[in-house]
Amino acid sequence: MTGEPLVVNVGPQHPSTHGVFRMKLTLDGERIVDCEMIMGYLHRSMEKLAEERSWTQNIPFTDRTDYLAAMTGNLAYCLAVEKLASIEVPPRAHFIRTIMAELQRIASHCMAIGTFVNDCGAWHTPLMYMLREREKVLDLFELACGARLTTNYMRIGGVARDLPPEFLPRLRAFVQEMPQRIREYEELLVENEIIVARARGIGVLPADKAIAYSVSGPMLRGSGVAWDIRKADPYAAYDRVEFDIPVGTHGDCYDRFLVRLAEMRQSVRILEQALDMIPPGPVQTPVPLALRPPPGEAYGRIESPRGELGFYVVSDGGPSPFRFHIRPPSLINLTPLPEMVRGLTVADAIITLGSVDIVVGEVDR
Amino acid sequence: MRPLAPWWDIRDLGNAVGALLEWLADVGAPSWLTYVVSSLVGMLALLGWALGSQLFFIWAERRLIARMQVRLGPNRAGPFGLLQPIADALKVLAKEMVTPRGADRILFWLAPIAVVVPAITVLAVFPFGERMVLADLNVGVLYLAAISSTAIFFVFVAGWSSSNKYSLLGAMRSVAMLISYEVVQVLALLSVPIFVGSMRLGDIVAWQRDYNAWLVFLQPLALLGFIIASAVEVNRTPTDIAEAESEIVAGYHTEYGGIRWGMFQLAEYIAGFAVAAVMATLWLGGWTLWGLEEWVPGWVIFLAKVYGAFFLFIWLRGTLPRLRIDQLMGFAWKFLLPLMLLNTLLAGLEVLVWRETGAPAAVVLPAFALGNLALTGGLVVGWAVLLGQLRPERRPARPLLVRELGAIYYRPLEEAREA
Repeated sequence: MTGEPLVVNVGPQHPSTHGVFRMKLTLDGERIVDCEMIMGYLHRSMEKLAEERSWTQNIPFTDRTDYLAAMTGNLAYCLAVEKLASIEVPPRAHFIRTIMAELQRIASHCMAIGTFVNDCGAWHTPLMYMLREREKVLDLFELACGARLTTNYMRIGGVARDLPPEFLPRLRAFVQEMPQRIREYEELLVENEIIVARARGIGVLPADKAIAYSVSGPMLRGSGVAWDIRKADPYAAYDRVEFDIPVGTHGDCYDRFLVRLAEMRQSVRILEQALDMIPPGPVQTPVPLALRPPPGEAYGRIESPRGELGFYVVSDGGPSPFRFHIRPPSLINLTPLPEMVRGLTVADAIITLGSVDIVVGEVDR
Repeated sequence: MRPLAPWWDIRDLGNAVGALLEWLADVGAPSWLTYVVSSLVGMLALLGWALGSQLFFIWAERRLIARMQVRLGPNRAGPFGLLQPIADALKVLAKEMVTPRGADRILFWLAPIAVVVPAITVLAVFPFGERMVLADLNVGVLYLAAISSTAIFFVFVAGWSSSNKYSLLGAMRSVAMLISYEVVQVLALLSVPIFVGSMRLGDIVAWQRDYNAWLVFLQPLALLGFIIASAVEVNRTPTDIAEAESEIVAGYHTEYGGIRWGMFQLAEYIAGFAVAAVMATLWLGGWTLWGLEEWVPGWVIFLAKVYGAFFLFIWLRGTLPRLRIDQLMGFAWKFLLPLMLLNTLLAGLEVLVWRETGAPAAVVLPAFALGNLALTGGLVVGWAVLLGQLRPERRPARPLLVRELGAIYYRPLEEAREA
């Protein structure tokens, strides 16, 4: 029995599109025949705006692309400019950057897992528990730089200011508490019959397709590809700490969720080591305020919570970038979505979108 | 039934009404007047109880779920936020009621009113105490099943008349789910009259009091099936698929605002109380509590049981994620329905054995209780194994932890299934 297909717009205003993102689903009953993604509702023209501002003035933009992971945005951009201008960063700043990036990963994954389980229909309970831990990370950020969300903490050549004296003890307390919390989540969510039933085998992205789509981050690892820029192209202090890469086996929503949860554990491990290894010393190399990098181009990339976040910057020797391009992991991870949801039901499409973990600010820039 | 006590005996509020009716008869009122008065008193009492309970439970549910979610919940309006439901109700009353342009105006207006009717009507047969029952029907259980399922008709009307795709999807889901779970629910209900030999709810309570055995001990499987089926009917997580917020916004009442939306909420809450009252009456001994009803008013015991049963649904809502619709339907047809059929057969056999052998209840009932409990556990686990709920890919997993880059560990799920 076939009839006229039903076209349903999921978004731009919808409880679970994680921002102003729109999916145009063509349905046959509850089955998805086709999915069209419509992006651009949050386009703010950041790449063009950045060409009018000085190199340092562009750092706040990188807070606002991926607003759930401002620290990693800062870090990627600063790495790119440091590469371009050949600036050395003091060792203490490397460790502070590592600590901030890993804290940000924990905060961002808390949000990702919480909203994913919310999309599965849990009535906010796991999300609230996750937000509790995220609050602690944001408190630490507030301590270090005065802001919670748009931190603007990294600088070209280091970080804005040294950590306050009470930061490291509070971080240590957090690191000691966190493994127990993660175990709590694992007991509540990983072994939850309904979550397994809902997410296993749904939104499958095979490894070859994942590579072909240039997907990165937990999504790529969920598809079973062992790839992590922290190991492949170490930056900050990642070559000095030990950690494992969690890898899924079936490439479905459940695996992506598991990988994120396991990555939180690894982040805590990195934080533990960084706490013991952090050296004293300066936190910033003096850099002229009106920085004029020599003409050339550089690409700085990091493993952001969502995947490979890259900044491609070109200098013509002037006070502002000639070209400022972002490689947003959210956008590129989103591209295989129509292929992943075809043939599934509406409910599956929602959790598949949730498991991709997009931040629309980064998708549309 | 015990003789009428003086009107001030609040152990059973039916005494007061009985005294009023006797006085009416004494002063020479016609018989139809006593009938009208008793009906009116009963209806107003039920309506008042339902609305009052709803107002209280809006607050209680929000506070309880907030506690489960490590937050405080409403605490600004009045002491402990107790006035929050009043504020909510005023807000809902004051809001504009928008009718979408493409809507079928009459049906759109009718649906929220009509949906409350079956929800309230169902309450008529519950014995709150020995005399506190508005309509002591001899087909009470049948009445429950018949009336409670008519609400779905108006849910579909609401979804259809809204001219909204989310509403239509929600309404379609509601109907599909209800048709499946109604079967399960009726079979679960059926096992109780088989045991008791009467469909009158008063008789069912009396049977449990006389034999000193709640039917939850004799029919645990039926109660389990009923809880699951009724969770579907009252639209609460893990089965709130009809109004799955993260998928189809608000399901069939997406386009409703103001008091019209409030009516849907009201109907849903009252349906929830009705389901809890069924659980309390049929399986948990109704207004009796092992002789305590001689001192504590029976209706207090009954309400405690109802609210306790309702708390179960709140608890579930705060704990579980939602199933997908096909999984839920599969669960009804493949898992619950066979178990309920088996349970009905079993109940019939047990009653037959009891009647044929003529063994004393003190021997037979504990034996049945133990046997049924063991069978319930065995059947639930066994059926799950048989249906492959314990297949390797359905087990919780952990990701691999690797150090070397570049390797691919991907394995299609089908391979894991075959292995």
